[in-house]
Amino acid sequence: MPQGPLVYRQRLPTRITHWLWAVSLFFLMLTGLQIFNAHPSLHIGKEAGFDYDNAILTIDAVEKDGALRGVTRVFGAEFDTTGFLGASNGEARAFLAALTIPSKPSLATGRVIHFFFAWVLVGTMAVWLAASALNGHLRQLLPTRADLRALPRDIADHARLRFHLSAEYTVLQKLAYASVLFVALPLMILTGLSMSPGFNAAAPWLPDLFQGRQTARTIHFLTMVALVGFFAVHMAMILLAGPLNEMRSILTGWYRTEEGKDA
Amino acid sequence: MLDRRKLLLGSAALALSGCKVFDSATDRDSALRNLFASHEGLTRAAQRAVIGDRLAPEFSEADIRQGQRPNGSVNPDGAEYRRMAGTGFRDYRLTVTGLVDRPQSLSLANLTALPSRTQITRHDCVEGWSCIAKWQGVPLGTVLKLAQPRLAARYAVFQCFDAIERSLSGEVFYYESIDLIDAFHPQTILAYGMNGAPLPVANGAPLRLRVERQLGYKMAKYVHTIELVDNLAALGSGNGSYWADRGYEWYAGI
Repeated sequence: MPQGPLVYRQRLPTRITHWLWAVSLFFLMLTGLQIFNAHPSLHIGKEAGFDYDNAILTIDAVEKDGALRGVTRVFGAEFDTTGFLGASNGEARAFLAALTIPSKPSLATGRVIHFFFAWVLVGTMAVWLAASALNGHLRQLLPTRADLRALPRDIADHARLRFHLSAEYTVLQKLAYASVLFVALPLMILTGLSMSPGFNAAAPWLPDLFQGRQTARTIHFLTMVALVGFFAVHMAMILLAGPLNEMRSILTGWYRTEEGKDA
Repeated sequence: MLDRRKLLLGSAALALSGCKVFDSATDRDSALRNLFASHEGLTRAAQRAVIGDRLAPEFSEADIRQGQRPNGSVNPDGAEYRRMAGTGFRDYRLTVTGLVDRPQSLSLANLTALPSRTQITRHDCVEGWSCIAKWQGVPLGTVLKLAQPRLAARYAVFQCFDAIERSLSGEVFYYESIDLIDAFHPQTILAYGMNGAPLPVANGAPLRLRVERQLGYKMAKYVHTIELVDNLAALGSGNGSYWADRGYEWYAGI
């Protein structure tokens, strides 16, 4: 247990928006998989190829020896994914029931919940950006030149699971949080809007920027996968660095630092 | 009964999964559903504000790489429709009625004699796929002006030949509606041609709607009647379209 002083690390807007994101992204991901199940393939280009093949991923169910098998094709390589992708519980569906909201197939319900939380996410982004610009949190997130020089050491320390509990974020933390907030979430919003036929009329350059609506849909999906990867590492780091201290920090703002560090 | 049993067994299996707790949102009368569905008004207002009367993107001939994928009904089997299809829709009539001063009954020849518009656009299905095709037709606004809409008119309702569902109370024919902002948009056309040929039956012959700034389900196929109304309460269950009555957004700009 760290024995250093308690520091006030996360302000109220930072904490509230953190939890709004957590809730929104939970719903957005699971309703997103519900929506994906209505057309379980990803394409490159403006349209989905039916008379030609421009898919990089397809998830199918095929009847084999009287049983339903899930078949997933990624860049031409074929995998049997029964039970998880393509077919599960004897049903033909891309992502299994446990990973979709609602659990039963309902594109309409998935869409309604998805767009509700899309608005919550966008609203949270706006509040967070304004508050963080005013209270200095933005500067807490952006790596300084000294940070970047310390990057190799920080990587080595993380690899040895040696964490420095200080008032300041380490450079890897800054890079991880900044890439979620300044790259992944904006990319999600922009690729999402690229898929809207209404918004396409307002900004035709947007789907063009992503090389077509279907490519934008593919990037939307892959960014989701990247965010799931971030979530897994985020959880692992919390567990490894001291879950009680980390949870107190994101709930109350107060963080116990190590002795002799940033006191 | 068998289906009901399967459904119950299926539900029991699904109860084991984590996300079952939100399944009440599929019930259209639940408070949870209504909370989530509140996004629709915001989405419509926001989109209308930023889109204005701008055009949907149009594409080049080189972007047409395949036929237009048909979806929903692909071959209506009503006796009247079959008879007309058998004679090349010679005696087809489009009826324009409701809140208009001069109701119309227009043949295909009448419609093709009006100034036409051709556009290569991307059709986005609510399922997630897209398909690019060339559409030729008469702007809906031109047809509505012939009928002289009354001031009270706010929506155009489309009645179609395709029975998408058979319920105990009889056949449910496809119905759809758009407001007059979309109805008079220059790209909103009643299409009778596709990819340089007459509109195929699978894609809605003889006449289908194109509303290029919304999703595919708004673009009613096999249209036989357009009615101008001041509200949508009397149509279906009152949500304005076949799919809106089944939980999808009436405004399908996203």
